[in-house]
Amino acid sequence: MPVLEGKELRIVGFLCNWCSYGGADTAGVGRFTQPTDLRVIKVPCSGRIDPLFIVKTLMSGADGVLVSGCHPNDCHYAEGNFYARRRLEMLKRFIPMLGIDPDRFDYTWVSASEGQRWQEVVTKFTEQIHKLGPAQKIEGPEAEETLKLMEASL
Amino acid sequence: MKNLEDLKKQIKDALPELDVVIGWSDSFDPLHATPHFIRREADIDKLKVDALCVHNLATYLPSLKGKKVGIVVKGCDSRSVVELLQENLIKREDVTIFGFGCNGVVDQTKIRRAVGDVGQVETCEVSETEVKLTVAGKEHKLPMADVIADKCQTCRYPNAVVSDQFIGDEIKATASFEDGYKDLEEFEAKSTEEKFSFWLGEMDRCIRCYACRNACPMCVCRDHCVAQSRDPHWLSQEAHVRDKWMFQVIHAYHLAGRCTECGECQRACPVDIPILLFKKKFNKEIKEVFNYEAGLDPEAKPPLQTFKIDEPTIKEKEW
Repeated sequence: MPVLEGKELRIVGFLCNWCSYGGADTAGVGRFTQPTDLRVIKVPCSGRIDPLFIVKTLMSGADGVLVSGCHPNDCHYAEGNFYARRRLEMLKRFIPMLGIDPDRFDYTWVSASEGQRWQEVVTKFTEQIHKLGPAQKIEGPEAEETLKLMEASL
Repeated sequence: MKNLEDLKKQIKDALPELDVVIGWSDSFDPLHATPHFIRREADIDKLKVDALCVHNLATYLPSLKGKKVGIVVKGCDSRSVVELLQENLIKREDVTIFGFGCNGVVDQTKIRRAVGDVGQVETCEVSETEVKLTVAGKEHKLPMADVIADKCQTCRYPNAVVSDQFIGDEIKATASFEDGYKDLEEFEAKSTEEKFSFWLGEMDRCIRCYACRNACPMCVCRDHCVAQSRDPHWLSQEAHVRDKWMFQVIHAYHLAGRCTECGECQRACPVDIPILLFKKKFNKEIKEVFNYEAGLDPEAKPPLQTFKIDEPTIKEKEW
């Protein structure tokens, strides 16, 4: 049994290639201690993130989602994060409607040199998710059961 | 409608220049109206406009792009037309808009609940104050206030906001923006867990017929809808509540800042899932953050398609 079983929650991070991914890398190179719950998905720009990615992630069983991009005015594509900011803000205000705690999702800006800031963000966000505990899951036939059913029908 | 003859005359005058005029006419039974496509002068006689004419005819406009089309619109429908114009899905010079002031339309679900079986409607008379119908030999008198659609009770735009010909008198709206969102606020007062299980229960009933999408005038992707696409594969074909719920969120998000709250999605739903709530939520937040309402100004830019370098109304989290 893995050592961290039961101590970790599943958090998904969408990080922009140019700033936040670099920032997380800087934090790693600098050997800053960080919680290990977060799994990173690298995207070309925070503007690439369809807010529905986040809904899909939460509905598929993630306990939290963190989005991080370049600081406004620092976008590699000049204005990607400006659009992202509006979309993500709308999502943040919408998800309580679904019965999902708005604290399960946050967005922020971290630049490639801000290893220290990345450590702080990821630690605080993980704490926040741990305070909320595991998310309510949508029950249903899981992959394993479906496979069993398929085998039985063969 | 008092000025129906005026409307017919206007349509008659305009018809030679147009390929088709879309209005409403009697349907399979006296309780329903159906969209009516007028191509010849003889078709004009069948036109009717009353509280049974619920369909938002703007839904047909994008697929008729390139043709000269006339359309009869209530206040809410006209906002959909404005939104289509704004997004360049139709051309202003191709559309002739016959607008009027609407007193509200009936909610068929409310009639069904009051009458029970509406399988055999023999007669139906609609006046401004009441709906009188005979069902299987039995007469029912329903006061209009009891069967009017919820969206009409709090309507802020009863008159067509854009029109080439306006028929009849303008109607004064009394409701405020807040009035229209009372049901939403009531729902929002529930706890997180309650909301979650509410939607699980509601969405479980969804039969994935996509009637909500097909009735929506702003759902214009048609054959490219992500709900049926396998690349990207957003939704599986499983009838799982997760997929059905996800579809509704996709629908709502794609309408953020565009939905004109005509309520067609909820009306078309065969199992009465209150999906308009999702769209209302977005509209309320868009109004709060961007002070914007969809479907009022053909020249405006939807808030999610633009940005400000400093957003004074967005308060970001400080870590």
